[in-house]
Amino acid sequence: MAFISIFKNRTGIESEIDSFLNLASESGLIFMQGIDAYLLNNLDSFSEHLSHIVETEKEADTLRRSIEDLLYRKTLIPESRGDVLELIERMDALLGRFKGVMFRIEIERPNINSQFHTGLKSLSNCVIEAVESATLSLRSYFKDISQASDHIHKVAFWETEADKASTSLQKAIFNNNELGLDLKMQLRDLVRSIDKIADHAEDLADTLAIYVIKRSL
Amino acid sequence: MFLFFLSSGMFLGWSLGANDASNVFGTAVGSRMLRFRTAAILCCVFVILGSVISGAGATHTLGKLGAVNAVAGAFVVAFSAAMSVYLMTLARYPVSTSQAIVGAIIGWNLFSGSPTDSNALSKIIITWIVCPILSGIIAVISYKVVSVFILKRKIHMFRLDEMTRYGLVLMGAFGAFALGANNIANVVGVFLPVSPFGYIELFGDFCVSPAQQLFFLGSLAISVGVITYSKRVMDTVGSGIFKLSPVMALVAVWAHSVVLFLFASQRLEQLLLDLGLPTLPLVPVSSSQAIVGAVVGMGLLKGRHNIRWRTVGGIAGSWVTTPIFACLISFICLFILQNVFQQTVYLP
Repeated sequence: MAFISIFKNRTGIESEIDSFLNLASESGLIFMQGIDAYLLNNLDSFSEHLSHIVETEKEADTLRRSIEDLLYRKTLIPESRGDVLELIERMDALLGRFKGVMFRIEIERPNINSQFHTGLKSLSNCVIEAVESATLSLRSYFKDISQASDHIHKVAFWETEADKASTSLQKAIFNNNELGLDLKMQLRDLVRSIDKIADHAEDLADTLAIYVIKRSL
Repeated sequence: MFLFFLSSGMFLGWSLGANDASNVFGTAVGSRMLRFRTAAILCCVFVILGSVISGAGATHTLGKLGAVNAVAGAFVVAFSAAMSVYLMTLARYPVSTSQAIVGAIIGWNLFSGSPTDSNALSKIIITWIVCPILSGIIAVISYKVVSVFILKRKIHMFRLDEMTRYGLVLMGAFGAFALGANNIANVVGVFLPVSPFGYIELFGDFCVSPAQQLFFLGSLAISVGVITYSKRVMDTVGSGIFKLSPVMALVAVWAHSVVLFLFASQRLEQLLLDLGLPTLPLVPVSSSQAIVGAVVGMGLLKGRHNIRWRTVGGIAGSWVTTPIFACLISFICLFILQNVFQQTVYLP
């Protein structure tokens, strides 16, 4: 019976981690769709995407708790479970940040001039790529550790791109003489909060890089 | 009188359980892949099975170096070995029960004036040096092979965890079976000629021999040792020398089993002879030395600064002092038993 129980635990947690990482990938795409909808002034669609990301985040939270419970109650991967839990929690925090930015837009409803649309989309794209690479690196950590470093490297690349996009967007905002300082500061904060997501994805990747070395056979 | 003499065998069984269980389950418990309780139960079940089913075929160190020819003398030999193993268990060091018995028999030889077979003795001492080194080399090679296999096959972290757990349980169960089968003769073998037990018939045609009953009692003593006192030495083997990963824990048990097989297989010896290759001496080697050699080997592979050399030094020191202690205790106890209690400890 003990053998069957170990098998069940293993397959259960494998699929839960896969589902969790799927949600992390999805949340980036939902975020992008939400930004697009807002920039097109399609507020109904934006609200739908906001509800979707709230649901996704809630689902991810439930999975995270279940993963934590399985790891500790069934004493799986005793040498790495602390590391795995930290990585899962950090990934969950990234999902929370996507939701946070969308809520910020929902609450503040900033007036985004069309000249900033391309820059904002480009920044969002870099952020999503960084999170997607972090998700892939985490998948590799579980399934094929030799591939993890390649994805970690890509996270760093997209984070730098996000920084560049953020800087040029902020410059454009403050160089526009038609905008009042209040709007400039509001947009700057929005840009920074989006850019922060890529920074956190890079932090996750840095931590993962250490765990990859630790687990290297 | 029989029960009194048997008590030293039971004490030796208890000491053996307390010390040698660490060789088969120490790395699994130390790497937290198995709970101590699970490991102890598995160990007890398979030690009892090994003793009762395969124990009858085991002829071990006793009688190799010198034939202890009086029951009181055998009592002292078993007691001295048990006492020295117990002292080392108190100090949390994994030591060899065979080493302790060799020391105790030499003490008897010295006391009785019997000659010690120096050829057999030197062979055994050489294996005490070769065994841990060979085990370390096998562990390093096996670990390298396993690492490449895991990377090439892209095994999922949780699948690897599951496979390692199964491996540790299977190897541990097999190791515990072999421990019971090989060492039960050390524990109660000398009491066979004076056993008052008769044949017992169970379920019609199933018959339990006096030897099996005695082996069952001995294995119970080993089991009590495993449950009550083996955790201390398990901690030393599992995490005291070097912090093992679960895969390393499995490789360590594997390397230890391979070494025991190499020094015990007559078929392998024949095969090497047929191929014109040098053979390994067929002598009882210490599983404690094999497992410590394997752990240290993998520690060296990961960088020697990872190893707690103070613990390794303590263990190596205990391997030297165990037979010396056993020899001294044996000599002193024989003297006391003969001159104070007027017992015949050897037949001229």
